[in-house]
Amino acid sequence: MAKMTMVQALNLALQQEMKKDDSVVVLGEDVGVDGGVFRVTDGLINQFGDQRVLDTPLAESAIVGMSIGIAVYGLKPVCEIQFSGFSYQNFHQLENHAARLRWRSRGRFHVPMVLRTPYGGGVRALEHHSESREAYWAHTPGLKMVIPSGPRNARALLISAIRDPDPVIFYESKAVYRAFREEVPEAEEILPIGKPQLIQEGSDVTMISYGAMMRPTMEAAAELKNKDGIEAEVIDLLTISPLDEEILVQSVKKTGRVVVIHEAPRSFGPGAEIVARLMEKAFYHLEAPIERVAGFDIIMPLFNREKVYLPSTERILRATRKVLAAK
Amino acid sequence: MPRKKITISEKVEYLSILNEKGQLDKELEPDIGEDVLLKLHRTMLLARKFDERLLNLQRQGRSGTFAPIKGQEAAQLGTIAHLRPSDWMVPAFREAAADIWRGRSLESIIIYNNGFGEGVAIPKDRNDLPISVPVGSQIIHAVGLGWAAKYRQKDDVAMTYFGDGATSQGDFHEGLNFAAVFQAPVIFVCQNNHWAISVPLSKQTRSKTLAQKALAYGMPGIQVDGNDILAVYAAAREAVQRARTGGGPTLIECVTYRLMMHTTADDPKRYRSDEEVEEWSKRDPLPRFQKYLLDKGLLSEEKMLEVESEIMEEIQAAVDGAEKQMEALGDPLDMFDHAYAEMPPYLNEQKADLARELSESGKEGDHG
Repeated sequence: MAKMTMVQALNLALQQEMKKDDSVVVLGEDVGVDGGVFRVTDGLINQFGDQRVLDTPLAESAIVGMSIGIAVYGLKPVCEIQFSGFSYQNFHQLENHAARLRWRSRGRFHVPMVLRTPYGGGVRALEHHSESREAYWAHTPGLKMVIPSGPRNARALLISAIRDPDPVIFYESKAVYRAFREEVPEAEEILPIGKPQLIQEGSDVTMISYGAMMRPTMEAAAELKNKDGIEAEVIDLLTISPLDEEILVQSVKKTGRVVVIHEAPRSFGPGAEIVARLMEKAFYHLEAPIERVAGFDIIMPLFNREKVYLPSTERILRATRKVLAAK
Repeated sequence: MPRKKITISEKVEYLSILNEKGQLDKELEPDIGEDVLLKLHRTMLLARKFDERLLNLQRQGRSGTFAPIKGQEAAQLGTIAHLRPSDWMVPAFREAAADIWRGRSLESIIIYNNGFGEGVAIPKDRNDLPISVPVGSQIIHAVGLGWAAKYRQKDDVAMTYFGDGATSQGDFHEGLNFAAVFQAPVIFVCQNNHWAISVPLSKQTRSKTLAQKALAYGMPGIQVDGNDILAVYAAAREAVQRARTGGGPTLIECVTYRLMMHTTADDPKRYRSDEEVEEWSKRDPLPRFQKYLLDKGLLSEEKMLEVESEIMEEIQAAVDGAEKQMEALGDPLDMFDHAYAEMPPYLNEQKADLARELSESGKEGDHG
């Protein structure tokens, strides 16, 4: 096993899947010769050639639209949108076509494509480079929305996403890309899409998060244990949509207290859906109002203020202690 | 430094073979087999008569909104006739004539027009994408399909249809650009019918032609009389041949006219004159083609009447058949199908809840 960053782990997933299956093709801006601005596709063009790794012209709608055509043909395109902040120029291709062609053709066609794109704040980037808008895609029936939180699950989920028969939006946290390394086995490893993971067992409170926010969440959980003697149960969603609430409901039945953490804006964010499902399925097990720790409902500030915008370990701790204190 | 001229050597050609009076330019007459000519004629007449019948059904409240094709039959049939079943057709929403040529049943069109998804199901033996409503957005899919065929070393091509309005969309420009850059085997068929609902071509573009937009992307563009099936056929044959043999994409602008409304929800009298429609009626593709076939001795007045009466029976049978089929449709739970390859648990729950509610309230599905 090698210790890898998320960038390297994603690269490994692409390499292995392309080697295994010649229907996998990669396309996007700067993904070929340059290896992607974050180097996720580094070296693929040398290994697989410029007929399988396409440096496309600069047009997001066409990158996604072309991927849809490639997928309908029966190949498995993995396209990269350089930053998720630019994916609104391909919004209609996802909403109007990728998500619907299976339904519209009544199963004759489907769109087994993956759209990989970096999301989220914390790397002192320019405007439009730091948002977390997974709710858009999670709100569109027909799409799947996956957000890994570390190198190992990123690799395993990307392989599943490529093999998935439906379109998958795959958000990669820039803040996690090179933040830490994990052991990633050389041998194939996959994780199912649509299944949250129980990361840490506990009986006092349930903390639900995903993506880059897993780190401050885990830090908060550790501090609660060390300072407060609190055993938090931590769940990593991994898939935002289709959301499987079963594991969340089971956890709440045990703890009765919940905090949901994401960097996406609070209103109509994934947390709202999670809270609603818990109200529907576990209301009588709740012992305190559920707290959400989220981005504010404002335009993501420029990088000098982003630290204050993003949920921090302190904010998560404050919210969790409030939930724990409720009688 | 003085300003210098950059010479752009490409030109846009205009092709017309059979003029509006049905007079033929013998020199340009394409070699088309008798059986193909007769099939083109039969399909054109069928598409025309069916369009008229659909409008009646809609006006009688027996069908929902649809986009009539009257006047655009030649543009569609002259192009689609070159596709093999394994080629890809990527339509917009006004291509019923091309659909019928490809083998789509009249019943399925009626069923779709009545708001049933069942009507747009694509059989396995046709590589046709379903109707695409958002203007121009389908153009890029053809590029992906064509590119994928090339990647798989197949000589299949993709043909996509759109109107003059779509040429203002970003997806049109992105699609042409990508196709040219990747030399994808794609034929872009623009049915320039002069009206995007109420907006005339003059307000859509300042360009002299739509075909010339191809030059900016480094691909051939040709303008043809879209109501002249021989010209359309000849131009499309060239484009398909080029795409099939690795020569890349082509834009064909078919200059035609939408003789009817945009959709049945629209009243064209609000924005265009009867005189204009009258003028274009004289350029109708159907009588012109019929005159050509009569002159050639491939058709006779009698034979034409015979074909027409056959067609009218076929249409009646389709209307009866569709209405009968629709009696069996309408299970509202069908709408949950085909969302994903595998239904997520919460969708199963929603479907089960709805099923329970429906059975409790004793209501059955609305049959439209």
